Amino acid sequence: MPIDSINWMAGGPQGSGVDTAANIFGKACGYGGLYVFGRREYHSNIKGLHSYFHLRISPKQVIANINDVNLLAAFDAETAVRHINEVVPEGGIIVDAKDMDTKVLEVPTFPPEYKEEIKRIMQEQNLGETLNDWLNHAKQRNVHVFPVPYMNLLNQIGEKLGIPQISKITRMINVLTIGVSFALLKYDRNLAEKAVKATFAEKGKIAEMNALALNTAYDYAEQTFKTDFKHRLTKLDVNEERLFLTGNQAVAMGKVLGGCRVQTYYPITPAADESEYLEAHQIMKTSTGEDEAIVVIQTEDEIAAVNSASGAALAGARAATSTSGPGFSLMVEGLSWAGNSEVPLVITYYQRGAPATGLPTRHGQGDLRFAMHAGHGEFPRIILASGDIEECFYDAAKAFNLAEKYQMPVIHLLDKAMANCSQTYPVFDYSNFKIDRGELLTEKDLEGKEYRRFRFTETGISPRVVLGTKNAVHWYTGDEHNELGHISEEPLNRRRMVEKRMKKLEQVQKEVPAEEKLKFYGDTDSENIIVSWGSPKGAILESLDMLKQEGFSLGFMQVRLIHPLPTEEVKKALQGKKRIIDVEDNYTAQLGGIIKEATGIAPNYYVLKYTGRPMTTTEVCKALKAILTGKAAEREVLTFGS
Amino acid sequence: MVLKPSDFRVPEVFADWCPGCGDFGIMNGLQMAFAELGLEPHRIVMVSGIGCSGKEPHNVKCNGVHTLHGRTLPFAMGIKVANPELEVIAIGGDGDGLGIGAGHFVNAGRRNLDMTYIIHNNGVYGLTKGQASPTLRLGLQTKALPKPNINEAVNAIGLAVISGYTFAARSYAYDVRHLKDTIKQAIQHKGLAFIDCLQPCPTYNNITTKDWYAGEDRKDASGKPQSRLYKLEETGFDPVVHDWSEDFQKKMAAMDKAREWGDRIPIGVFYKNELEPTFEERLKDRIPFYRERPPAKQKLKDQNGFSTVDLSEFMGELKTS
Repeated sequence: MPIDSINWMAGGPQGSGVDTAANIFGKACGYGGLYVFGRREYHSNIKGLHSYFHLRISPKQVIANINDVNLLAAFDAETAVRHINEVVPEGGIIVDAKDMDTKVLEVPTFPPEYKEEIKRIMQEQNLGETLNDWLNHAKQRNVHVFPVPYMNLLNQIGEKLGIPQISKITRMINVLTIGVSFALLKYDRNLAEKAVKATFAEKGKIAEMNALALNTAYDYAEQTFKTDFKHRLTKLDVNEERLFLTGNQAVAMGKVLGGCRVQTYYPITPAADESEYLEAHQIMKTSTGEDEAIVVIQTEDEIAAVNSASGAALAGARAATSTSGPGFSLMVEGLSWAGNSEVPLVITYYQRGAPATGLPTRHGQGDLRFAMHAGHGEFPRIILASGDIEECFYDAAKAFNLAEKYQMPVIHLLDKAMANCSQTYPVFDYSNFKIDRGELLTEKDLEGKEYRRFRFTETGISPRVVLGTKNAVHWYTGDEHNELGHISEEPLNRRRMVEKRMKKLEQVQKEVPAEEKLKFYGDTDSENIIVSWGSPKGAILESLDMLKQEGFSLGFMQVRLIHPLPTEEVKKALQGKKRIIDVEDNYTAQLGGIIKEATGIAPNYYVLKYTGRPMTTTEVCKALKAILTGKAAEREVLTFGS
Repeated sequence: MVLKPSDFRVPEVFADWCPGCGDFGIMNGLQMAFAELGLEPHRIVMVSGIGCSGKEPHNVKCNGVHTLHGRTLPFAMGIKVANPELEVIAIGGDGDGLGIGAGHFVNAGRRNLDMTYIIHNNGVYGLTKGQASPTLRLGLQTKALPKPNINEAVNAIGLAVISGYTFAARSYAYDVRHLKDTIKQAIQHKGLAFIDCLQPCPTYNNITTKDWYAGEDRKDASGKPQSRLYKLEETGFDPVVHDWSEDFQKKMAAMDKAREWGDRIPIGVFYKNELEPTFEERLKDRIPFYRERPPAKQKLKDQNGFSTVDLSEFMGELKTS
């Protein structure tokens, strides 16, 4: 690991400003021309349980998480205990000086099963019972420990600000750790101050208070810690304009670009942030000079969300709803209706740890088959799976074109890792993005003609009108229907209607560009190929590079259009391969199964993870190497991450 | 444009309700109201749920969206929000709106979209062969029930009033003139209008029948049946909230009238309040051009097909420099 790349982690109880700290830290690094990749982990809890943010910072683009931590900023004892073994030799841990005597088994938020693990670690490593004992043990691995008296510093700050009650400013512990971190990393403090001020720009005096906290901590660390901490963050001169954004934000912007003008939702993690972001940015500028706006409706449940989005779509607005597994479960009947009535409906589906409530704030990719098969009966749908934040943006926009062109529901399948990860990108150039509304008829097209909403055509696609179009009174029904949209139970009409709807999938197969179906990376002529989808992409791509440097030859096929699966292309890519390695965040290797069903070719190695935490490059690389060197089981199950 | 009720007929569809079904009356009431209001068929969207009433839109010549069981109101909301120029009439059965869709019934009141919602209230689930609906009273045993009804009925008018509907009325499917007038008032009302439309189910409800409503079982000395239905407007009842200070009293009066059942059943308007802002007005407060350019009327693309959206403000906030 080059010394100018850093893995910084901030952790503390929920509600203590971990996210804010990470945002400030990431921003400050961005100002200095550095690339950042951030992973956010949190409990399903408002206040008190452990949360952390792992930021990877580098002069070069970083696209995934790794196991290592170079500098851990612990707001509390729990963070130090949970992550101490992730801190690498020459790394450092910033802790609250008052936590040193805390007995690790007495941290009240540790559940019994974790205490058992702690006992095991204590026994294995012969550790004492206090945090200090643990930290001393880490020091033997050359880990630096930086105890900081947070309360003393807050007292000083409180005096300067004329705020005697410390309780009013304890929230600033997060900014203290940033000050200490940047001092240890010898990073330009002006950039850090700029980031603090930008973060609290709309909060008046708070910005100044936090800037003072930052500088107080920075000064304290500079004066106190004379150890030779080797890690450095150095600003670079960069001319390029860049963004630092989450998957939720990328999807929201993509939707706006794609013309989404009605978004419905019911609050659910990790989808709701997207809708809130949209509502906050409801009115948008356009090239015509006339503003446009998106209406965001918080409905009473997901049933209302999906069906009101369908209603809006029928009335001619590009409409979407956004949810995760439990919400999608409630939407299923509505999805079936939309499939039957050929509604251009977009559903953004962020998978999380399931089944049931599962791991509400954690990651998973266990819903692929559910998304594919949800809904009674047979009807066409499109499933797009983005693999990174940039794809999230473009796919979110593109989903509306596909939905309207082929008149069917489009499920944009994402996951928690992508929703909540943040990454630096060069500014997206979306100037070539076109809106394609498919065959959409107007009042003029229909003058003097009879209109049939579900007219039988060669492609199965019937020219559409929106509700309210003159000369085109029309009907929809969830029943099987005739061309006019009236109920029909006639068997021959039924046969034609079923075929008409299903046939549209052939058009999708024919017309979606190759690179939007499958994307290939690495050495595709190799006898080894990885197949995967969704957020493991980053860890896979980084592993590919690392393994190449070690002399391994390996290709990677990312499936982006999962349904309808581009069967022939997949078959061609997999035929004759010696090792087909399926990498997914689920137990049953769902994509692997789908590929086997469609092509008759099955993966022969699996790298799977279902701990609720996304894969890291470190563990993916290790598993792939084991497979390539014949040292792996057929099924490698990954477990890294707290 | 002068429209006749016959302009709203759909000759190619056979209305397959049982002979004597109240749905015919409601269909006629709708066609007459649309014609008298001069609403062009393409501007109307009738949205329905599941059950016999769900078929109503197929028998009226205007846009029809026959949706899922209980989901009439969410679909209607999406349509109306996307294009507020459309005249949206939501239709549903009593089971549809007050059983499976009760959550939507209540929450629609919180929004007060400017549309109309008509519940076909016959006390039974007809299309599934006569089970008890949420408006059937406790202890009644309509003919398909194996045992008397074990649930008490929900009070549809009362629920509408406390949920925030700004117009709550009742009519009767066999009094087509009254129904037509009530529908017209509901459509013209600014805000969410609810009509509890009583109707016999000639096949499954052998208790609250046409004869029962007409009072055939209680003739006066001259042998004239004494109808159970009476018209609120003929009693001097004033449902209109003219000023917010009257609102509580008017709501209480409506609730009081809504409790009447049995020998005297009020029909007519129970409550009407146009002071409450509609959802569309609330949206306009946030989006000044909402009326002129609602979601369904925005351009989205330029003449070359490129998205017109300028994301520089969005991206500005996310820039690292």
